[in-house]
Amino acid sequence: MVSIHEYLMLSAILFSLGTVGVLIRRNAIVIFMCIELMLNSVNLSFIALSHHLGSMDGQIFVFFVMAVAAAEAAVGLALMITFYRNRESIEVDDINMLKW
Amino acid sequence: MDNTLVQLAMQSVNFGAIMPSLVLVCFGMFLLLVNVFSPRGKTTHVAWISIIALVISGIVSLSAWTPAGTPAGAGNTQFGFAGAVALDNFATFFNITFLLAAGLTILMSDEYLKREGYPIGEYYPLILFTTAGAMWMASGIDLMTIFLGLEVLSISLYVLAGFFRGQVRSNEAGLKYFLLGAFSTAFLLYGIALLYGVAGTTNVAEMGLYFAKNSAILGNPMTIAGMLLLATGFLFKIAAVPFHMWTPDVYQGAPTPVTAFMSAGPKAAAFAAFIRVFVFGLAGLQAEWTSLLWVLAVLTMTVGNLMAIYQTNIKRMLAYSSIAHAGYAMVGMVAANEIGLSGILFYMLAYTFMNLGAFAILVLAGREGEENLTLEGFAGFGFKRPFLGIAMTIFLFSLMGIPPTAGFAGKFYIFAGALKAGYVWLVVIGVLNSALSLYYYLRVMVTMYFREPSEDFAWVKMHAGAVVSIVLAIIGVFYMGIIPGAVMEMAKLAIF
Repeated sequence: MVSIHEYLMLSAILFSLGTVGVLIRRNAIVIFMCIELMLNSVNLSFIALSHHLGSMDGQIFVFFVMAVAAAEAAVGLALMITFYRNRESIEVDDINMLKW
Repeated sequence: MDNTLVQLAMQSVNFGAIMPSLVLVCFGMFLLLVNVFSPRGKTTHVAWISIIALVISGIVSLSAWTPAGTPAGAGNTQFGFAGAVALDNFATFFNITFLLAAGLTILMSDEYLKREGYPIGEYYPLILFTTAGAMWMASGIDLMTIFLGLEVLSISLYVLAGFFRGQVRSNEAGLKYFLLGAFSTAFLLYGIALLYGVAGTTNVAEMGLYFAKNSAILGNPMTIAGMLLLATGFLFKIAAVPFHMWTPDVYQGAPTPVTAFMSAGPKAAAFAAFIRVFVFGLAGLQAEWTSLLWVLAVLTMTVGNLMAIYQTNIKRMLAYSSIAHAGYAMVGMVAANEIGLSGILFYMLAYTFMNLGAFAILVLAGREGEENLTLEGFAGFGFKRPFLGIAMTIFLFSLMGIPPTAGFAGKFYIFAGALKAGYVWLVVIGVLNSALSLYYYLRVMVTMYFREPSEDFAWVKMHAGAVVSIVLAIIGVFYMGIIPGAVMEMAKLAIF
């Protein structure tokens, strides 16, 4: 029997992996994939907690998160395409025009 | 919020509770259709229809206002969607702030977009959607509503920041804002998930009741972690140090009216949700988040002001100054008493007027393709363009916090609240920071009036829309500065 603790631990590990990925990867698309991993680890938490608490709120929340993540992906990829058209690159090290 | 209020909130769908934002969303979708059937490059009618949408939404918002002296239970407050949305005085006050910010932005945008070669009508629906998202954040009493509002607001803003798709600067601003915004959203969501796990509900009111009954669970690491993660998400949106690194880049790269809007509307929305969740949902953890915010408020004010001193680009300087202003508003959060919290509401409205006014002048002072934003570019500006020079002086005085302007009244209320709550050192640091900010604001004025003009500024074309928004902003700054009591009474009513 897998208990709530294992699910929450797995979710925390996935979330940390995503965070580390965002911080160390240099390609904007890979960074965005890492953010998606973070969002999905949160979804895992929601589902596990929802099951554990016997309340539906968490599962409904997951649907909203997935819908929002899809909308975000559409806008984010569009922004990356426009950037690529102008700079021929999608590395975050090339996002360097604005600096202090 | 007491028990009866929660029961009252448990009624089912009530569209009246989201009417102000519903008006904006419907008009936004209608305008998307209008754009399809409009000839290329013609956007003025779209701007006007969106102004009409804002006015209608404002009238609907004001009808939800409960005036002072109304007996309990007889007010105009509406609840809807099984207690997920509340259109109360708090939401209404913020709705008016968002609508003013959106209105002033749209007024200064039309000619600007044409001048810069991007007369694209989708700009206006995006502003309306952003405003609707902000309204959901202010009226949401369920973390789900607040999350959805935050995302509607953010996703529209990502597009707006990257709106000039041929300019690398704007692309960069959009992409940076998107990557960091999505990153911070993940933290916010994880915080919500943990708090949901602890309290078994996502409703802020129920959460407050649950924590009041089971105070033992407040010390649970999961509760503390959830609170911290949630705070991270909100602090990112209000651009508090150390989550401020995106602000100067995004503010500088985005189209100027968008920057103006971003610094006023979404920031106020984030404060609205922050107050609603922390002061009313997580009141049991007040000792913890107060000490956290005390430190961050000091850091935010100091870093914002110190960095602003080194800027030679006025748009970037205003970005750092907006970080500092978020720090002043956070002082009100730390105080968390009636004067402090209503001071935040007052300050957000005042900031909307003074900052949008200053940005409207930056919009006018640019010329096609090249934005005239460096300090040197403003040499002698005050003599060559007397009206704009005087207007800029007024807004800068207000940003400094010199009486009789709105900025002074706002800072006064916030610091008074903090003094009343016993945070003397925080107020001392805040006042010292205000003094520090004099340096870089005055430098702009000195450049405008005491330096030999390097150009004739004959190319500055006055646009009717931008002039109207400057005049409205001046009226707002002086009205809230000379008779602050009237607005402050409303802000006090808004804090429930």
